[in-house]
Amino acid sequence: MDRKDRARPPLALTGSRGSRILGTASPGGSGRRAVVVATISTLVFFGLIVLLVVNAAGWPDVKHAFFDRSIFEESFPEIARAFLVNVKIFLIAEVFILVFALFIAVLRGLPGPVFFPIRALATVYTDLFRGIPTILVIYILGFGVTALQLPGVPVSPLFWGAVALVLVYSAYVSEVYRAGIESVHPSQAAAARSLGLTHGQTLRFVVIPQAVRRVIPPLLNDFIGLQKDTALVALLGVVEAFRQSQIDVSATFNYTPYICTAILFIAITIPMARFTDWLIARDKRRQQAGRMA
Amino acid sequence: MRAAFFGLALTILALGLAATATGGPSTPSAIPGCAKGDLSLLKEGTLTIGGDNPSFPPFYGGAPKKPWKISNPYSGKGYESAVAYAVAKQLGFSKRDVVWTPLVWTASFRPGKKPFDIYLAQISYLPERAKNVDFSNSYLFLNQSVVANAGTPIANVKTVDGLRPYKLGVTIGTTAYDYVTRWVRPSQKPNVYDSQTDAVSALNSKQIDGIVVDFPSALYVTAVQLDDGVIVGKLPTRGPREHFGIVLQKGSPNLRCVNKAVNRLWANGTIKKLQKAWIAKTAPDLRWR
Repeated sequence: MDRKDRARPPLALTGSRGSRILGTASPGGSGRRAVVVATISTLVFFGLIVLLVVNAAGWPDVKHAFFDRSIFEESFPEIARAFLVNVKIFLIAEVFILVFALFIAVLRGLPGPVFFPIRALATVYTDLFRGIPTILVIYILGFGVTALQLPGVPVSPLFWGAVALVLVYSAYVSEVYRAGIESVHPSQAAAARSLGLTHGQTLRFVVIPQAVRRVIPPLLNDFIGLQKDTALVALLGVVEAFRQSQIDVSATFNYTPYICTAILFIAITIPMARFTDWLIARDKRRQQAGRMA
Repeated sequence: MRAAFFGLALTILALGLAATATGGPSTPSAIPGCAKGDLSLLKEGTLTIGGDNPSFPPFYGGAPKKPWKISNPYSGKGYESAVAYAVAKQLGFSKRDVVWTPLVWTASFRPGKKPFDIYLAQISYLPERAKNVDFSNSYLFLNQSVVANAGTPIANVKTVDGLRPYKLGVTIGTTAYDYVTRWVRPSQKPNVYDSQTDAVSALNSKQIDGIVVDFPSALYVTAVQLDDGVIVGKLPTRGPREHFGIVLQKGSPNLRCVNKAVNRLWANGTIKKLQKAWIAKTAPDLRWR
């Protein structure tokens, strides 16, 4: 009992197994002492920051401009409704990203000289879309492609905003997949091929299942990035949470609605981040358990 | 070319008007207690005026000069430039005493000390806004209006009700958004763009059917930004008449003097004349139904 406590200090505070929020416990120190020290240092640290901000000469101005309660209450419901547009964009985009990026990663891993042009194309794609700022991709697609007036091609800004995000994030995510695929030991593929599986079957049944499991945390990381970047679709005229808050800000000349939007994004990304932490921790536990067996 | 001649003609007209407006050789500032030295200024002896960049007609005119794009506020051409210089004159500043500083309009209301004495960028007075900055009295009363491409169905609309089935676009921060959502109530939510240019791009690629924009800006959108643009009509006023005000720091001691100057410009006919010179064109009024 006692040993176990020492080995596993409270999760959130020491983070040796869970999230690394507040540092790690010294190996020799008792869990309780770590909690006390962490609590005191936290209070002192944040107390000092709060004192510094509140005593700043411009604080009353800033407080009024960013933290106006009545404006907050008035603008929050409408911004929350507009936030559903963001949720819609990132949920739909994420599905396409996960599939499309895997496709790109597989293309990049095609063996043999015959497939060089395809590998090169996949490489150019990832280089290009990781290189161009997302905001520009959105502008170019949203106002450029639609201006071509191609018959049968939708002009909806929501559509093109989502397409831009899918293109950009697929480039990042395909690299994550590729790292995962390359992390699977070559002996796995060799064994599969020696059993008579084709390259495709080896990927499908042996390599990718292991690879994807390994890269779930970084995949979620990119998913969080995607969630925040949905705000960029506002450039094309879509009224999502950020745009709605801009509308409210320009109607009142008060920045409080931005705080509403920040809170909404945090409310959705923090649980996601903790979930990622939990997945990493679980994965680690399983791996360790696997070694013992 | 045509624009250049037009501008020249207007300049001559405006100069003539300005000469008559000042009313003879009396000292520039006749407002007691509101001379240069009585004001609390960013830089002594200088009136620092903020404006959005690019500055565009009919609010600004002249050839662009760095850092200003499209127009040049120093030109004294265009309605806001002319009004700003007229106000400056009332307060005893010569043309040389005026410095223009480019500042994106969203920065005109950020908290803290303002980097300008007065700011003009077609900012409409709203009671909520006036809690965070000071507004001078109106220097322009205006209507919103609808702009579209000629030959599209919306171009034939004659009433506000008739606009409902169409997808409208507005620029962020304009009162047009409020007008559309509150009074037009279209069946589809309006799109909201960062800039007039973006709204025009969206109109040209048919993502929206029409742009709602203040009437003077509509003149520019149809004359310059659109190849085949038309003003569908002016939207009727609802509630208090919309107007542009000069923005000052909240609690600015100069507000009283700026207001006096603006009032004088109304009283002595300068404002009427400048409006005639720069924004005289008109468009049909849209009925409610």
